[in-house]
Amino acid sequence: MSAAAQTTPAANDAMISIRDLRVSYGSREILHGISFDIRRDETMVILGGSGSGKSTLLRTLVGLEKASSGEIWIRGKNMASATAADKEELRKRLGMSFQGGALFGSMTVGENVALPLREHTQLDDDTIRIMVRLKLDQVGLSGFENYKPSQLSGGMKKRAAVARAIAMDPEILFFDEPSAGLDPVIAAGIDNLIVKLKRAFRMTIVVVTHEMASAFIIADRMVLVDKGHIVALGTPQELQTSTHPRVRQFMDRIAEPEVHKEMDYLQMLTDGNED
Amino acid sequence: MATLDAIGRGTIDTFAYVGGLARLAGRAAYYVFVAPFKGRPLRIERAFHQGMAVGVEALPIVSLITFFVGLILALNGAYELRKFGALQFVASAVAISMTRELGPLMTAIVVIGRSGSAFAAEIGTMKVTEEIDALETMALHPIQFLVTPKFLAMLFMMPCLTIWADFMGICGGLIFGITSADFTVAGYFQATLDALYKRDIFTGLIKSVMFGITITAVGCYEGFSTGAGAEEVGRSTTSAVVMSIFLVIIVDVIFTALFYFTGA
Repeated sequence: MSAAAQTTPAANDAMISIRDLRVSYGSREILHGISFDIRRDETMVILGGSGSGKSTLLRTLVGLEKASSGEIWIRGKNMASATAADKEELRKRLGMSFQGGALFGSMTVGENVALPLREHTQLDDDTIRIMVRLKLDQVGLSGFENYKPSQLSGGMKKRAAVARAIAMDPEILFFDEPSAGLDPVIAAGIDNLIVKLKRAFRMTIVVVTHEMASAFIIADRMVLVDKGHIVALGTPQELQTSTHPRVRQFMDRIAEPEVHKEMDYLQMLTDGNED
Repeated sequence: MATLDAIGRGTIDTFAYVGGLARLAGRAAYYVFVAPFKGRPLRIERAFHQGMAVGVEALPIVSLITFFVGLILALNGAYELRKFGALQFVASAVAISMTRELGPLMTAIVVIGRSGSAFAAEIGTMKVTEEIDALETMALHPIQFLVTPKFLAMLFMMPCLTIWADFMGICGGLIFGITSADFTVAGYFQATLDALYKRDIFTGLIKSVMFGITITAVGCYEGFSTGAGAEEVGRSTTSAVVMSIFLVIIVDVIFTALFYFTGA
């Protein structure tokens, strides 16, 4: 629950182990030595305000940002020191659903979902067609194979992105702000989908969000990131009852003082570590 | 001191830019020529689609422009040649100018406007909408997936378009030849063939390949350099066009000088 507890390795049931992770953009450090574990088959929600470093953390976990130091162990392999071939193999076992869907606009929904199957497997066209139908069915988009992403609503795009993310039956599924930009009803549908996927496929799921309502529905455990540090880690109930001032501010929606000066804003983001 | 600083920074930026282009072109060349032998097949279907967009769909505008350029060349050439009573050399002047220089150059300018800008806009938009990131998380290399088909299409289509542009330019000259210089159609083409050596055509084709590599590298590089926001896509598209035209001219100067001094 406390910042100290976060460094305790979760024995050998950890799917992802992060150790003293530091990430910088230029000379500005965004993550200041983060350590925690994500257990096998759990849904870990990474919470944090805008500019807290939660998206940077997620991007680093999937290899889109390079850590300046520290270790990320995924399925027993250290991503930081893995060879390009190892990273490629590992990525085939990960799925990622982006905030805006990131579907390829020039392809149909079906082609989007089929892409990883065509690129990484030897399956024939008929089998791929069946698998695409199956994946779309699992996310509630049966019959939308031939639609272009531009013809879908925001919620449907996210579902299609999830279908593509689970196409290769990943062991770990990452979500970046799954409810962002959706109305509460559609967002609730996405929450249900995440819960359903977890139950059906026993995946390890990592979700970055700042939507507290969603987080409490889907999370097995939560980690609150603030200014590049972890301020709390625990079950939803533990965070709910936490007395940590930053956790309380987040849980009780207490407003930050407004920032008017650039340096104040940068200092708020980086906890005063700018050079 | 500030001037020296600016010159230093400018020099470093220029080398970094050219280095970036070379690295991108090198990676694309690897995926075209080496990777297929290491179990990473070429994306022929995507390259074919790109080839249609880059080459076949550009035919009307390339034809029109190079036809008029050929006609303009004939008119300007005749202006000087008739002073010496040498109008019969119009055919050779047009043929040599088109095949060695203006065919490949005008083709490149059209392709920059149509395809170089489109490459930057497509990749830039994909960057803004996280599609490039999505490719990476799916263990698909963006250069292999996006650049290689474009590179392959350009390598094949630029010489094809250039040959066609040469022909259309000569046809432009032909209009002047038969209306104002007492040529017959057969006579004009015979005069053209007599004036041309194989090396005139080959030097133009070599240039066209180099222009194709330059246009692809700049368009894709600018696309990958796109920052956040729709405005950035506009910036990278404009930058791709301006830099491509500039670098194509530089490449042209280098190869023209090279051919001149080696007698090619």
